[in-house]
Amino acid sequence: MNRWLPFEWIAAVRFLREGRMQTLFIISGIAIGVGVIVFMSALLTGLEANFIKRVLTSQPQIQLIPPDQIARPLRTGPGSLEDAIVQRPSQRVISIDQWPKIRDRMLAIPDVMAVSPTMAGSALAVRGAASRAISISGVEPTSYFNIVRIPDYVVAGEARLTNQDIIIGAELAKDLGATVGDKLNVQAASGTTLVLTVAGLVDLGSKGVNQRTTYVALRTAQSLLGVIGGVTTIDMTVRDIYAAETLAKQIQASNYVEADSWITTNAQFFTAVQAQETSNTLIRVFVALSVAFGIAAVLIVSVIQRSKDIGILRAMGTSRGQILRIFLLQGGLLGFVGALVGSTMGAGGLIYWHAFVRLADGSELFPLILERSLFINAAVLATLTGLLAATAPALRAAGLDPVVAIRG
Amino acid sequence: MAEEVLRLDKVCKAYNIGLPSETEVLHDIDLTLERGQFLALTGPSGSGKSTLLNIVGLLDRPTSGRLCIKGQDTNLLGDTAVTRLRGHTIGFVFQDHHLISAFTALENVMMPLLADRGFPSPDIATKARDLMECVGLEAVSGNLAMNMSGGQQQRVAIARALAMNPDLVLADEPTGNLDTKSADSVFELMRQVNREGGTSFLMVTHNLELARRCDRIIDVVDGRIAG
Ligand SMILES: Nc1ncnc2c1ncn2[C@@H]1O[C@H](COP(=O)(O)OP(=O)(O)OP(=O)(O)O)[C@@H](O)[C@H]1O
Ligand SMILES: [Mg+2]
Repeated sequence: MNRWLPFEWIAAVRFLREGRMQTLFIISGIAIGVGVIVFMSALLTGLEANFIKRVLTSQPQIQLIPPDQIARPLRTGPGSLEDAIVQRPSQRVISIDQWPKIRDRMLAIPDVMAVSPTMAGSALAVRGAASRAISISGVEPTSYFNIVRIPDYVVAGEARLTNQDIIIGAELAKDLGATVGDKLNVQAASGTTLVLTVAGLVDLGSKGVNQRTTYVALRTAQSLLGVIGGVTTIDMTVRDIYAAETLAKQIQASNYVEADSWITTNAQFFTAVQAQETSNTLIRVFVALSVAFGIAAVLIVSVIQRSKDIGILRAMGTSRGQILRIFLLQGGLLGFVGALVGSTMGAGGLIYWHAFVRLADGSELFPLILERSLFINAAVLATLTGLLAATAPALRAAGLDPVVAIRG
Repeated sequence: MAEEVLRLDKVCKAYNIGLPSETEVLHDIDLTLERGQFLALTGPSGSGKSTLLNIVGLLDRPTSGRLCIKGQDTNLLGDTAVTRLRGHTIGFVFQDHHLISAFTALENVMMPLLADRGFPSPDIATKARDLMECVGLEAVSGNLAMNMSGGQQQRVAIARALAMNPDLVLADEPTGNLDTKSADSVFELMRQVNREGGTSFLMVTHNLELARRCDRIIDVVDGRIAG
């Protein structure tokens, strides 16, 4: 007997060990439940992390754009209108009013990490007989590359943006038959045409995006789109990406701009995650419930089987409290051991899956994230569930009348 | 005059109180037991011997009357105090020994000490080993209950009953399930403990030959002490 184990522990462990089959089966049951939860939660964390990583490195977390243009009805006098129908004005390319001032103000916010003005619009890329509609982002490379890591996505050439350079999507290059060093004619709707050199090709991860996206220097875009000195958006990254929405609201309230956070622009993703998490929680609750009932059932049977043991323990001076603790402990131990086995199984399953289930190009489907907190939570929750489930059997054991228990 | 270990004053016990089936099984029992006495309790089946033993052993409470153990009125004690008093002053031996099957023989003997102290310690193990030697079972100390004969199990039960150095050992038909030879040696073991250690014994038995070898015989008939 271990010197450091109290009496209740020794008895609880022995009782569990003696009830071999019961103990083994209930632990397996708990382990399967916990394993599924661990597997599911870790997978969800991985997928979420994957998405967040993309958000962190390939999109601004807050984007400032000029406020919506609103047409007001023409009034002919107090209370009467010229015409009740008001058409929405066409949203032409307009610059953010006094953007350098807004940019400086943004830079002064402590939670803001990077700020970069962008001139965006659309144009036509022409090379020989081929022409493609493109979207143009005119950026300041030094600040913009802190927000979207263009250099990380370059597959050919380099991420260089002088006034004559253009970085284009890999698919677009294929469509135009262009490669690094080739010249492209870029025509704006207004008729302005510039000849730009392809400095690099980028792969942004999606074919549609690779077919349209181009990057040029801010000044180049400004002159092409005919908005000299203007910018259409101000892109920003923030320290705490989950606080982006609140920050965006504050910015919008105190500046004449519209501020959209990545949380709004990716609302669909969050709805999906929310739904996933809700169902995950439901599964957790029901698994916990079935584990609890399983433990309670096994312990109730054990109390009945051991009523003579309980009677004799009481006869030789064991208190009600000690009997209570012996059975509570059994519940807690079952939960704890089940959680350990289950966590190992869940993590093992995930590692196996991660190793063998790959995307077509051999890259991982999701990053393998096994947070320690997940296992600690699983162990703590399962132990608590076990303790809780053991309450009824333990109270019953403690309440046994020793005379009745001994008589059997 | 010797010290009184046990005193019963007009102890009554009724079952199913308030129900139509209410029955009083013990009527006005007066009984005293002095330190070092070995008392036999005999009587026909259903006469209330076990009921009386359970009351004396503080496993059950009398409906009325007074039970004093070592001069202390147990009616005044709460549940916790009763459990403590039971653990420290009374040892039990039952007909079907009731060893705890999850533990070895030695560990069964350690159990009362362990429950009392809360933690295992070398002196508990030493004490248990001494007791196993005293009942002549040091060779099978490590056995589980199911790997021992009935007589051996009953000896372990006696060793366990003695673990806390009780003043009083209550034995309910301790030899009821044993053959004559084992019964005789188990009884002799108890008698020896009684003589050498001065422990008082209260033994229910149907074996009149054994009863005659005790200091006193109390005959219980229909819930009353006869003669
Ligand atoms: N819980 C109970 N409820 C009702 N009646 C009971 C209860 N326990 C015992 N009795 C009754 O009390 C009487 C005495 O029982 P007890 O077990 O004390 O007899 P005994 O003398 O030990 O008999 P035996 O020699 O067969 O062991 C019996 O008639 C029994 O039916
Ligand atoms: Mg009886």
